[in-house]
Amino acid sequence: MSSTLAGSPLVVIAGNPNTGKTTLFNHLTGLELKVGNYPGITIDRHSGHLQLPGAGNVTLVDVPGTYSLSARSEEEQIALLATCGVAPYPRPDLVVVVVDATQLTRNLYLVLQLIEVNAPVLVALNMTDMLPGRSERIEVDALQAALGVPVVPIAALKNQGLGDLRQAMDKALADPASSRPGTRWPFGGETLTDLQAIEKLVPDPWCHGDPERRRAIAAWALLSVDENDELKGIPEPLREGVMARREGAAQAGRDIDTELVARRYDWIDAHEGSFLFHDGPAPRTWTQRIDSVLLNPLYGFPIFLTVMGVLFQTLFTGADPLIGGVESLFGWISSKVSANMPEGIFRDFITEGLIAGVGSVVVFLPQILLLFLFISVMEATGYMARVAFLMDRLMKLMGLHGRAFVPMLSGFACAIPAIMATRTMERRRERMVTMLVVPLMTCSARLPVYTLIIATLFPPQRFWGMPVQALLMVAMYLFSTVIALLAAAVLSRTLLKGPSVPLILELPPYRMPDFRRVIQEMWSKGKVFLSEAGGVILVCTVALWFLLSFPRTPELGRDFGSERATAEAIASEPERLSMLDKLNHEESSAQLQASYAGQLGRAIEPAIAPLGFDWKIGIGLIGSFAAREVFVSTMGLVYGVGAEVDEGSVPLRTRMRAESRPNGKPVYSPLAGFSLLVFFALACQCMSTVAVVKRETNSWHWPLFMLGYMTVLAWVASFVVYQGGLLLGIGGGG
Amino acid sequence: MASNLIPLRSLPPGRFALLVELKGQRAFRRRLLELGLLPGTTVRLLRRSDVHNLVEIVVRGCHLSLRHSEAGQILVDLQDE
Repeated sequence: MSSTLAGSPLVVIAGNPNTGKTTLFNHLTGLELKVGNYPGITIDRHSGHLQLPGAGNVTLVDVPGTYSLSARSEEEQIALLATCGVAPYPRPDLVVVVVDATQLTRNLYLVLQLIEVNAPVLVALNMTDMLPGRSERIEVDALQAALGVPVVPIAALKNQGLGDLRQAMDKALADPASSRPGTRWPFGGETLTDLQAIEKLVPDPWCHGDPERRRAIAAWALLSVDENDELKGIPEPLREGVMARREGAAQAGRDIDTELVARRYDWIDAHEGSFLFHDGPAPRTWTQRIDSVLLNPLYGFPIFLTVMGVLFQTLFTGADPLIGGVESLFGWISSKVSANMPEGIFRDFITEGLIAGVGSVVVFLPQILLLFLFISVMEATGYMARVAFLMDRLMKLMGLHGRAFVPMLSGFACAIPAIMATRTMERRRERMVTMLVVPLMTCSARLPVYTLIIATLFPPQRFWGMPVQALLMVAMYLFSTVIALLAAAVLSRTLLKGPSVPLILELPPYRMPDFRRVIQEMWSKGKVFLSEAGGVILVCTVALWFLLSFPRTPELGRDFGSERATAEAIASEPERLSMLDKLNHEESSAQLQASYAGQLGRAIEPAIAPLGFDWKIGIGLIGSFAAREVFVSTMGLVYGVGAEVDEGSVPLRTRMRAESRPNGKPVYSPLAGFSLLVFFALACQCMSTVAVVKRETNSWHWPLFMLGYMTVLAWVASFVVYQGGLLLGIGGGG
Repeated sequence: MASNLIPLRSLPPGRFALLVELKGQRAFRRRLLELGLLPGTTVRLLRRSDVHNLVEIVVRGCHLSLRHSEAGQILVDLQDE
């Protein structure tokens, strides 16, 4: 919370989900909006500054969208802590509640709770421009009089009423009493007795010496605390007191929850007639018409599949030229630097370590930006809620929520943006499950590896009229999807087991997206990735470069210098050049085989031999941690055909087919190839994935668990394939 | 009156009903209460989708979707047309 300058007023922006809170935030703070995390929790927290004539430089911070202050998880608890200023959250000078005018009743519930905690409240009545279309009218003066706090009608998307809002904020900051009217819906009877008993147990620092706030927090505790909650920092006496009171009430046949909630809604129902008017019956809205098509049992699903297909296809192919562009840009920079520096270790470090490392971070940007473009458009229009609606039944089988669908689908392109996309899931347990299984989906980096292995080992034959190679590729996709879904089902029933939370899905009205916000969302995701995950990826790339290039002058067992001198003497130019080329490749191959990575490859050989892999493949596995497709160029280096090969390289395939074991049998038998395919499908061969999970979970615990479970899964599966195949006599190399 | 008591999932689409009782886990009940589904509140079933195993209801002008099993835990009193 360092963004709060001493003496600079703090304004917190709260509101229900889908009320246009972030759009308003953007309009108020302009371009210098920052996206960070809440203390200890990876939920986006926006902050920014605003200049007001009276109050001066004001700090603005948002609160995650919520229907109520009451909470059952640490994430939901932010709403109370941030609006009341419970440590480590600073105490706000004003709480602006953004209210959706078209859903006034439900939105007022949160406003009432904020008035109860005696925070200085200002209501920004948003989407007032939509009211006439619904034949509704709100008398702002009457609403203001009923609530006792200032109410400003705005239309954030159309930039209307924001000047008035700024003025009202300035006024409220100058005169806090004007926005703290106190509760006018006092609790009575037995509820009051319960509240009085709990009040004494509320920690003093939470109340700032305010008896009204003390009572409101007692009501919060009665509504929030129970044996299943996941709240943080609730003192034991308070917890025990709440449990005892709830038990007592239950025995007397009372329901405290209903009593507390009903008190607020009763007040709203009693006063609503004075400020909310219906001018005629509500016309059938566009949202209802669109939903009758998009959620239609018959053709809603095909439409959905088409939308998702287009999305995925664009993500997959649309990002491709951009990725190619990033790669050639960094290749160009590297060659320029290379040409202008003296040959040697320092040049290699700069070009192959640093520049290649930065390149391997930036290369993710096209897919991240594109995916978040789609996601924020789907969120802003309201279609994301419909996706959750349409996919809920299927995802529930896996113990997941319908919202897990988009991240899972994105996993087919790349796990990095897909893992970042799990932020759209509100429940932590389901978000963790999704994050842990997304890397099992067949990402685009696996394709070059699959292509190389399949093209090398499986002849272009036809099987029942279909090409074997294409069938194998499809099989790999199916295999990875089934395994990912199974892993989700297992994780959500074992390690990440929790009380099943019922689905209560709000289907908000369809709206035009605010494109400024969409672009900003895209940009901020890209920035967050570069600044927070980029560092780890860069360090790992440099470390891998070190492993693959050192020790620098090992005993190679061959005198390349004199062999080169002999080659120089060859008279025919084409022959001389091809001889020199061959020597260069053989030298880098010898260099790599003697490097630390080569030594590591030999060291892990006993562990991977049962899978049908030799130590040279081991080097490829180590190299592929940088990114799976690096396996192809590493194998090119290992086999002395040069690093500039791709998966279509004929010399590399020929060389791989010729590679034999000490007993003369080929290393790459079809069985060993299967085993390698399975290994690449399941193993977490991607340090960037590990880095992003580290950043999203804020700990090393989960990324290491993921690396561990995927490696074990991959090893066991490959072992079963290879050893099982040998037993069945399908013929391996060993 | 009491004979009209049915689970929300059995409400014919388009019909209004008064909410009588919420059953099920506390977290579920509390969330619905706070969204304004209190005893005595008018509820309308907008659509029931057996393919998706969901119902869409309208309460206080707000559209919510619930799974069939959970909509079965909300008891309502069907209002005469």
